[in-house]
Formats: sequence, C-alpha cells, structure tokens
Amino acid sequence: MHKKGHVMIARPGGISIISGIIASEIILYAFLQMNEILAVMITTFLAFAIGYVDDRKGMGGWFKPVALALAALPIIFLGAYDSDLAFPLFGEVHIPILYLALIIFMIVITGNTINSIDVLNGVASGFMVIASFSLSITLFILHNYEIAIISLPLGFVSLAFYKYHKFPCTIFPGDSGALTLGAMYGAIAIVGQVEVIAAIALLPAILNSFLFLASVKKIVDHRELNEKPVELTDNFKLKATNNKKARVSLVRLIVANTPLTEKEVGNVIFKLALFTAGLAIITAFMMEFKV
Amino acid sequence: MMHGQLFVFMFLMWVLIIIGGAIAVIILGPISISGFGEFDPLVNSIVKGTIAIGLSIAWILILTKMKNLIFRKTFNY
Repeated sequence: MHKKGHVMIARPGGISIISGIIASEIILYAFLQMNEILAVMITTFLAFAIGYVDDRKGMGGWFKPVALALAALPIIFLGAYDSDLAFPLFGEVHIPILYLALIIFMIVITGNTINSIDVLNGVASGFMVIASFSLSITLFILHNYEIAIISLPLGFVSLAFYKYHKFPCTIFPGDSGALTLGAMYGAIAIVGQVEVIAAIALLPAILNSFLFLASVKKIVDHRELNEKPVELTDNFKLKATNNKKARVSLVRLIVANTPLTEKEVGNVIFKLALFTAGLAIITAFMMEFKV
Repeated sequence: MMHGQLFVFMFLMWVLIIIGGAIAVIILGPISISGFGEFDPLVNSIVKGTIAIGLSIAWILILTKMKNLIFRKTFNY
C-alpha cells in the first residue's frame, strides 16, 4: 500500500505461521505430554481457522471477538489453568468462577490487539518477537520452565516470519496470521499464570486498540471505516490526517508532528515494545517480592 | 516530542496496572459473602465480578483523561 509502483505480495501468511507453531508444539508434546500444550495448540489452531475464514469471506466487526471467545474454551475444558490471578508486590487473588470469564476475555483481547497493530510491514511479527521473548524470559524468571519452553516456538516462528514480513515485505500475515500469534500469546499467558505480565508486554498494542475504541466508540472492523488515520505524502512518508472524523491510532500519534517513512514508524513501535518488554521483566522480578 | 509522550503514557498505564493489582488483592480478594448455602461461591463471584468491572471502567476513564491531557495539543480534542 505504501510502496512505489505495483508489488505482488503473498497472503495470507497465517498458514506458514500455524504450520511452524503446530509442528514445534507436537514435538514438545511428544517429550512433555502436558495438557497445557494441547490447550495452547487447539486454541491457536481455532484462532487461525477464525482468521482464515475472515481472510476469505471478510466477516463483520463482531465475528472475531465472538468466535475467539469460543476458541478459548479448550483451555477451560482441558483444565489447563489455575484460577489464582497473580499481581506484583501484593500477591494473588483466588477467583474460581470469575477466572473462566478472564480466560475468554484474554484470548479475545490478545487476538484482536495483535490484529489491530498489523497495519504496517513487519510490525505485527516484529512486535510479537519482542513481546513473546520477553514473556519467555519472565516465565524463566518465575521458574515456570516447562511453559517457558512451550512459549519459545511463538517467538521463533514470529522471528522467521518477520524475515519476510519486514519492510519491504513479501508476505502479509492476514487475519489468520495475526489472530494465530495473538491467541497463542494469550493462551501461554493463561497456562503460564503470567496474565498481568503478558498484558504489560502488550501495552503498545493495547494502547492502539484503546485509541481505536475511544475514537470510533463501537466495535467495528477497520475495513468498514472510510476515513484513514494517516495519509501518504509525495515522497512516500506517512503523515497524520487533518480529518477530525478519522480514528485515532498509534501510528497517527507517532506521525502527528513529523511525517515518517513506514520503516521509521515501525522502529518507533519496536522501541515502545522494547520499553514495555522491560517493564514486563521488571514486573516479573516484582512478583518475587510481597509487600 | 510526541514519541516521548507515548513512553510517558505507557509508563502511566503500567503504574495504573500495579495500583489496580493492589486494589484487587487488598480490597477485592478478602471479600467473602456467606449465608447463601451452596450458592456462596456464585454470589461471591458475582459481587467480585461486578466490582472488577467497576474498577475496569474506572481504569478506562482515568486512561481516557490521561490521554486527553497528554495528547490534547496534538489533536485539539
């Protein structure tokens, strides 16, 4: 979209992402035989299927949240969770019934936030490399070694995909790819009991979704909105639109003062991701202390 | 300048999460309602769920205020 001339780009890349994840997790299951691996695999695959349907049919704004809620059910049915919600410094809260709602909420949020940040070349996959590896590090810090190992394929698959997705990209993940990455991230957060830490590492994407909802004020697919938040300058830089009806987004904020190239915008998002990844790791150390 | 504001906003979001955790553990966690027999866990969950939703709404409202304060000049809200 933001390139000179006409470029052919393969899509959806979700098929390659899910293939890598499932192959890795099957091998891990052969060694570890854990229900948590099955829960992560099934939820991730369901999210991929939902995204693939959306890639092909272009479903409405409500389809993905509702369908992703169903994709979270295997985690519940396989009992791959602990209903204590852990917070830094202050300990845990035992919420047996409420936690079931949190599981569904988590998969819907992580799936959709990663999908919403998939706006520029390499951003979704690059962002997921940073967020997922920081999540793996926090799992190691918290001595949750088996889940840390289960989480590693997400980071490595994202890294492999990033090679082709980075600017100038040769493949788009599509909804199938973005939902796969987001749902797996959420599933690992639940089975690894690092829900709060996972949310912190995801803050730039959450901010993007928050800005979207705060400005649009309804759940709608971005493809249904006519006004674009950014425009392309003659020298192929992105600048914020002056159209007050256009939604506010993270990219629009980044280019608000100065037009930037797509690659420069991506780098700012990665710096934000590294910052929140650092906060997530600090939070993991804070989990070890009780006030 | 705008990028600096984004980092500040992200840091404030993190602080709000830590404070929210404190409220959840210190206030929400110890709440225990009895007298409903076998429905005690359900009633407890409904009460805690309602308070949690209230806290989430408060979190979003605070975040909206912060967003307007930090980014007002950019978009003339």
